[in-house]
Amino acid sequence: MTVIIILLGASISVSALFLAGFIWSVKNKQYDDEFSPPVRILFDDKPGDDTTTVDTQ
Amino acid sequence: MLPTNHTGLQCAHCGEECPDEGISLAGVHFCCAGCRSVYQLINQQGLCDYYALNRQPGASQQIPVRKDKFAFLDDSRIIQKLISFQNNEQTRVTFYLPHIHCSSCLYLLEHLHKLQPGVLAARVNFTRKEIQIDINHQVVSLRRIAELLTQIGYEPYISLADLNGARPPQDKKYIKQLGVAGFSFANIMLLSFPEYFGLAASEQHLQGIFRMLNLVLALPVVLYSAIPFYESAWKSLRHRFLNIDAPIVLAIFITFGRSLYEVLSGTGGGYFDSMTGIVFFMLAGKVLQDKTYRQLSFERDYTSYFPISVTVVADDREMAVALPVVKPGDTLRIHSEELIPADGILTRGNALIDYSFVTGESMAIPKDMGEIVYAGGRQKGGTIEVLVTREVAQSYLTRLWNQDALRRKQPKEQSSFVHLISRYFTYVLFGLAAIAALYWWINDPSRIANAVTAMLIVACPCALLLSGTFTQGNILRILGRNQFYLRDAQVIEDIAKADHIVFDKTGTLTTVQDMNVGYEGERLSNDQLKMIAAVAAQTNHPLTRALCSWLPHDPSLQVEAFREIPGEGVAGIVNDTLIQLGSAFYAKNVHPSNTGGSRVYINWNYASKGCFVFTSHYRDEVPELVKKLRKHYRLSLVSGDNNREEKNLRRLFAHNSTLLFNQRPEDKLRHVEQLQKMGKRVMVIGDGLNDAGALRQADAGIALTEDTNNFTPASDAILEAAQLSKLPKFIRLCKANRYIIMASFFLSIVYNVIGLYFAVQGTLSPLIAAILMPASSLSILLVTFGSSRLVANQLDL
Repeated sequence: MTVIIILLGASISVSALFLAGFIWSVKNKQYDDEFSPPVRILFDDKPGDDTTTVDTQ
Repeated sequence: MLPTNHTGLQCAHCGEECPDEGISLAGVHFCCAGCRSVYQLINQQGLCDYYALNRQPGASQQIPVRKDKFAFLDDSRIIQKLISFQNNEQTRVTFYLPHIHCSSCLYLLEHLHKLQPGVLAARVNFTRKEIQIDINHQVVSLRRIAELLTQIGYEPYISLADLNGARPPQDKKYIKQLGVAGFSFANIMLLSFPEYFGLAASEQHLQGIFRMLNLVLALPVVLYSAIPFYESAWKSLRHRFLNIDAPIVLAIFITFGRSLYEVLSGTGGGYFDSMTGIVFFMLAGKVLQDKTYRQLSFERDYTSYFPISVTVVADDREMAVALPVVKPGDTLRIHSEELIPADGILTRGNALIDYSFVTGESMAIPKDMGEIVYAGGRQKGGTIEVLVTREVAQSYLTRLWNQDALRRKQPKEQSSFVHLISRYFTYVLFGLAAIAALYWWINDPSRIANAVTAMLIVACPCALLLSGTFTQGNILRILGRNQFYLRDAQVIEDIAKADHIVFDKTGTLTTVQDMNVGYEGERLSNDQLKMIAAVAAQTNHPLTRALCSWLPHDPSLQVEAFREIPGEGVAGIVNDTLIQLGSAFYAKNVHPSNTGGSRVYINWNYASKGCFVFTSHYRDEVPELVKKLRKHYRLSLVSGDNNREEKNLRRLFAHNSTLLFNQRPEDKLRHVEQLQKMGKRVMVIGDGLNDAGALRQADAGIALTEDTNNFTPASDAILEAAQLSKLPKFIRLCKANRYIIMASFFLSIVYNVIGLYFAVQGTLSPLIAAILMPASSLSILLVTFGSSRLVANQLDL
């Protein structure tokens, strides 16, 4: 039944990965503003735009 | 009131009504040339999605902004305080733009680089209504950016408070702690299944591994996620006060200690799943309850009311100077609609100063040259010059603010009934534990530890805390959706407990924008009214302006020989008739009556005709609101205004209510204090700086505001003026809070009794604990959410 131990390790490390991702997203200020990102993604910049939006983060 | 002419046309930019069809562009109509030019600018740059995303998203441009308003942004000392980062070519600055309100705003502002070369990037934080702009400062100046933002309708709000550095970032600690607790809780639950369902004999060696893993996973919860509870409990113990978190911390420690012992000694699996689950749910409640309204500030002081710089005149040259640098002896030039930042003597121009925010007096006060003007007033007339006599920090307004009596009251000790109940609950629990211990000491001493620890685990008042935090959190959310924002959960109870309501008058019961106009005297024909309007339209005095908007308008009438005597009145000849408008003295009225309101007298070819009476306009919902509230509350009215409307108000308020007039800010504070000494719990509803002291002293101080972006004095709650009529409903919802918490607490006691039934016998298995705890938590969640939602629905909120 050593497979159980391998599975345990796998499942916990996967969930630890998600936890790390979550903490990163909080630190990355993704919870600071819940309105802008879902709206921002819907703006289409018309073809022929000379400039692109620069990520300021 | 007579209706003004309706054209039925709405401005395509801002949605305001257009006066006529004169201002248009390609078949689209506008209310003013300003709106049209913004529309043109936006369309030229191919940003017309701005208008596609929302209907009429713009800000009205009818009141133009003064050209040199942002001249202070040329001053590098001021700039240094505002920017967050700078290198050789790049500057990063964050502006607060109160007008941000929809996705169109976001779209336009983030495409700022198309409107202005030199803008490298712009990013909006919608929740905080801030924009962070990176510019190449060799191409474009900060001042130009501020002016561009103003031009497109997003004027940055830069106040003296900005000089003291950036606003602190918000704290996200709870969310991280919640994430960690959730991670541990979920994994421990999964790993506890073998414990509950048993392992085959061949797999017994795995049991130790599962238990050790649980122990390791529980460590971050005990050492990190539960920290807020430790902090709160420690604080309360230091104040020799047992709050609800103290028994919870005790329960966490005992559960962890016993589980640790069981795992290490190999006698059992422990209660790690119950413990982490409870911490997770309690933290979730805290996060919900801690929802703050980030764009609001409950702690503003005068610095965020004052501008960052003023125009100083020296040797006939204008200079923008940072406000703290202004010294006595400087001459300030104050333009129309600007704030007077320091006490001084009027040296040039005719001042017409609106002190309503400071004193509560609703009418603007004319001042002549040589008179003293005080800080905090807003100039309504033309440009004036003021010789500063006192530094900003010494001015009347600042001293008013810094008075000891107006200082923030001591932080209220947590008097919530939740804490009270939890204390009794803890005593009862300790009593029961002692009895159980005594019983087992006599019958079977080996089971004492088992029974007592199990009791403390089961009966920790988590359920009570959960009921409290979830109910209050949900009520805060419901109130916030109705534009009634509370500082924190304690305010819900303060509002529910209040039994005396004190109203301010100016700006609270009345609106500042509207005035009621009445007429007394000889009947006037429609043509005569038009002639009066033509004369009145020549000047900018607030009373004549109000008169103009009320009288019929005829642009074809010509006014000749117009003359204005400031502070007294105006005169002009229309259709060969001399019309004089003005104060009783100017119009030589022999019978000036004094029954209330401000008056404008009319002379018709030197003969007295009558007068227009201006009274402040009460909000439409006020009579009904007061009638509703006076049934259940004692009411007071404290007004900085004079008593000319006492009769009307006396009729509106009940006979046992107190009406006080000519109240200075300190008097209002005293009144609240006196009521409190009589054992009343006082709720104050006010709007201005003159109410600041009373708002702070009150058990619950509610600041009323026309627009939450505006400056409000420090308070416990902020209410949008449009929602004032819902106040009785808000109060009822706050009162329901207590019953909901009681009901869900009763429910949790049922669970506790079941748990205790096993615990006193010393037979509480981890499985029963693991079922009982989440079950009780979840049902409490459902009950609190469901019933607060139900009450809100019934109140139609």
